[in-house]
Amino acid sequence: MEMAELEQKVCKILADNLSVPEDQVTPAARFQEDLDADSLDLVEAVLALEEEFGVTIPEEEMEGVKTVGQAIQLVATKLGVAA
Amino acid sequence: MNRVVVTGFGPVTPVGVGVDVFWEALTAGRSGIDRIQRFDPSGLPVQIAGEVRNISPDDWMTPKEAKRTDRAVHLAIAAAKLAWADAGEPSVDRARTGVMFSTGIGGLESLLKQHLVLLEKGPDRVSPFMVPMLMPNAAAGHVAMAFGFTGPNACITTACAAGSHAVGEAFRLIKYGLADVCIAGGTEASVLPLTVAGFAQMQALTRNPDPEKASRPFDKDRDGFVLSEGAGALVVEEAGRAVSRGARIYAEVCGYGASADAYHITAPEPEGLGAIQALQAALEEAGESPDGVDYINAHGTSTQLNDAAETRAVKKTLGGHAYRVAVSSTKSMTGHMLGAAGAVEAGVTAMAVHTGRMPPTINYETPDEECDLDYVPNQARQGDVRLGLSNAFGFGGHNAVVALRRFED
Repeated sequence: MEMAELEQKVCKILADNLSVPEDQVTPAARFQEDLDADSLDLVEAVLALEEEFGVTIPEEEMEGVKTVGQAIQLVATKLGVAA
Repeated sequence: MNRVVVTGFGPVTPVGVGVDVFWEALTAGRSGIDRIQRFDPSGLPVQIAGEVRNISPDDWMTPKEAKRTDRAVHLAIAAAKLAWADAGEPSVDRARTGVMFSTGIGGLESLLKQHLVLLEKGPDRVSPFMVPMLMPNAAAGHVAMAFGFTGPNACITTACAAGSHAVGEAFRLIKYGLADVCIAGGTEASVLPLTVAGFAQMQALTRNPDPEKASRPFDKDRDGFVLSEGAGALVVEEAGRAVSRGARIYAEVCGYGASADAYHITAPEPEGLGAIQALQAALEEAGESPDGVDYINAHGTSTQLNDAAETRAVKKTLGGHAYRVAVSSTKSMTGHMLGAAGAVEAGVTAMAVHTGRMPPTINYETPDEECDLDYVPNQARQGDVRLGLSNAFGFGGHNAVVALRRFED
């Protein structure tokens, strides 16, 4: 999978999961401030990413993740997709 | 002590959503019971229920809120918002505005979905929203959030009496000056394969396959209740403020009686002793004699045991006057909405006081010697309804009676 495709997929899942319009879910978007996602929303969103990509994202790896771009990078690393 | 009045009603039921549609259908004697549509009931011992149709949570909540809450909360929010609009959206002191919102069961559908996830995919896939979706008090919390009301807030979980306890406790909060206004309601969204199976195993559900004929309270051929979902909310407020804001007042809440059978976890005490105690307590608080009662909205579930015991209780409480009182069970049309029933039926009783229109008990065809009162058979009746009682009795032996009276300033 190419990075662009991965980015698109992650954004789509996050938009669905957080019930926000897709055009708001950009790599620069911050979960809490821009997407109104609280800590439980983030756990639920990660579950959806794990389900879709067949990866495991432990809680500690999510700790520093504040933006959509960081989440995309995390999934990319798991899948070995290069930027 | 304050007087307390009902100024808004929001029914969300299988018979109709919103007070106008609901009241028109109920007084026309229309049944809301049908074959189950939310899931395929094939293979279940009972395949009929009362479902709330044509309701979308997105009409009442943001898509995100809707996704993070159980259907029990969707129905509750709809009922609360309808009731609040019906009351004219009064301006209130939010700290003095409470919410008493009951349920019998809570977010069971959400619990079952997540249990399936646990079994099929493991603990790491269980939703972090599972707990706030399943907890019975979720509706009380979400209704408070929807309006920003920070006054007293609780969920009373007394099975089929829960909605009545919510109305009664809200009445007391206002009567004793602990709140000015309350949204009091009940919700239930437990028409699910598991509950159908469980209630059927108790022999509590009717096996009558004809949806519109199955709920037949007080009829000799009754053989159990019809499981339903729904919600109902009332706006109750201190009478003086309601009068000064020019509110339309449906009725005064004038008494509330609560008791326990202390007899059996599901069967009613056969002589109706617990129910009598609650009926007497409600009349006493209202300062009314038994002869003053004009209308009773019965618990009337359509089970053999309930309807006979309830009839006995009414006769023992009212004496000879029992035969002059109109007693109807609107569960003949709505089915049994469990924890929502008492709130919806308190609203029905308030409407009967307000309009003088007493909804019928439909499907009443064959009299039963054990049930020999005037059940307003099959046709609504117009009359002078000054004082009405709303009965609710729940598994656990809980009894709650709410007395509603024409408001005279």
